[in-house]
Amino acid sequence: MQEALAIEATGLEKSYGTLRVLDGVDLEVPRGSVLALLGPNGAGKTTTVRILATLARADAGRARVAGFDVVADRRQVRRHISLTGQYAAVDELQTGEENLRMMGRLAGLPGPAARRRAAELLARFDLTEAGPRPVKTWSGGMRRRLDLAAGLVGDPAVLFLDEPTTGLDLRSRQAVWQVVTGLAGSGVTVFLTTQYLEEADQLADRIVVLDGGRVVADGTPAELKEQVAGQRLDLELADAAAFDQVARRLDGRVVRSDPGRLTIGVATDGSAAQVRALLDEVDPARRAVDRFAVQRATLDDVFLALTGHPADRPDHEHEKEPAGV
Amino acid sequence: MSELTASATHAPRLRVPSRARSALADSATMAGRCLRMARRNLDVALTSLALPVMLMLLFVYLFGGAIQTGTRYVTYVVPGVLLLCAGFGASMTAVSVTTDMTGGIIDRFRSMDVAGASVLAGHVAASVVRNLASTVLVFGVAFLIGFRPSAGPLDWLAAAGVLLLFILAISWLAAAVGLLARSPEAAGGFSFLVMFLPYPSSAFVPIDTMPTWIHGFAANQPVTPVIETLRGLLLGLPVGTSPVRAVAWCLGILVASVAVSGVLFRLRTA
Repeated sequence: MQEALAIEATGLEKSYGTLRVLDGVDLEVPRGSVLALLGPNGAGKTTTVRILATLARADAGRARVAGFDVVADRRQVRRHISLTGQYAAVDELQTGEENLRMMGRLAGLPGPAARRRAAELLARFDLTEAGPRPVKTWSGGMRRRLDLAAGLVGDPAVLFLDEPTTGLDLRSRQAVWQVVTGLAGSGVTVFLTTQYLEEADQLADRIVVLDGGRVVADGTPAELKEQVAGQRLDLELADAAAFDQVARRLDGRVVRSDPGRLTIGVATDGSAAQVRALLDEVDPARRAVDRFAVQRATLDDVFLALTGHPADRPDHEHEKEPAGV
Repeated sequence: MSELTASATHAPRLRVPSRARSALADSATMAGRCLRMARRNLDVALTSLALPVMLMLLFVYLFGGAIQTGTRYVTYVVPGVLLLCAGFGASMTAVSVTTDMTGGIIDRFRSMDVAGASVLAGHVAASVVRNLASTVLVFGVAFLIGFRPSAGPLDWLAAAGVLLLFILAISWLAAAVGLLARSPEAAGGFSFLVMFLPYPSSAFVPIDTMPTWIHGFAANQPVTPVIETLRGLLLGLPVGTSPVRAVAWCLGILVASVAVSGVLFRLRTA
């Protein structure tokens, strides 16, 4: 397992019936790095994870994980990975300690070693006290920590985390982030999916943006932010007519828009010359724009610019609504 | 949670053990899991202990007086209650298989290279253990209220073997049903079927007291030869071809259920 790439996928395709979920996905994840696969619901994130974790088979394309082919060497791949899915994969009727010991046994550890490993992980995740109690008495955050601990029992080289913080409160989310950051420092390769731009920004060395089964962007968080010129010019418009007029003039360049508040955001490099030119362009009569502000672009802007729809409207997978208005 | 870094990567890699050996070890781990969970699930634990006792008392004291079987009714009815309890016990297996398949844990097991067969075998093994416990309880209660079998050691052994085979077959059938069901509630419906099947058989009343149109079904359905075999062996009566038919039925159900579960597991996890 001395290869430089922990995960390597080319041309992954997958359909369920007539629904095309993955449409040629290429991925490269260097060993020991954290990759965030970012996208709305239905973008194909979970399907990608399931293919890489050997749980589903791609219709076309190839993938190697930890140096092994996910189809031909499925068992070897499984010995080197762990998957923590969206739904807590621990038994509520078992205690935390029993859950971890069971995972240890299934990972091939002998009884006493499984016991030691369970105690060690409980301590590491701050769960020693709750360890002997059935998991059904635990809080959601504690369960999620146990879930992560269970994924580490077999010392995986590659860790798949499918939306690890969906549905968690802020504190539990931060606890998960801490775990991921700690793991990343230890040489484990982490492949996580998320709908939260902030999460990807915080945790990942690289971000791959997936939309409609295709990779629409790939780069470091900083590189992605540069794709929308790094800054955003927010315009506050005088009235609805002004809003419509400006939106029409900017059309494809709008990175955010809020008709209720009569604001429109557009990408800029932040230079005085460009801001001046933009203002002249959208508002030659100098009546439509009341105020403006220059902001640092967020990943939300990137997402909107790349996919044509905002990240926080995940349920409208096939929505073809243009970015502005 | 501060020193997550330490041992995470460079532990010696686990070698890949032989398929059969790890499947066996995994099945044992899974069976232990199922038994622990069944014990903790208070409703299930109580029901599976109370049911045999209640059924025994119900049949013997409430219905028994009105039923003429030629022997003491408690002696007649014990095999029927055993099968009823086995059916109920197995139906809980269907529910727990569905619960596993519809939750997140099956993906974790699969990503840890636990074979589907091991997951199911664990459920079935736990089901068999639970059913043997309720069998012992049924016999205990039966003895207390006057069950006096006249079986020799070999008869007992043969009866135990047939019962075990029946429990095994119906547990695998339950596992297959558990794979088929889309929700634990739907899987629970299986208990209706298996709890109903002993009634149109010779389990509780002799078949010749039933209307003629049902004789064909009652005499030839799988429960009847199992009942006749158990009753014959326990009471030292001639059993005729019942044991052969009982074993054939059970093996048939067992083989079919194992095969179907294999296919269903692959379909459900594709």
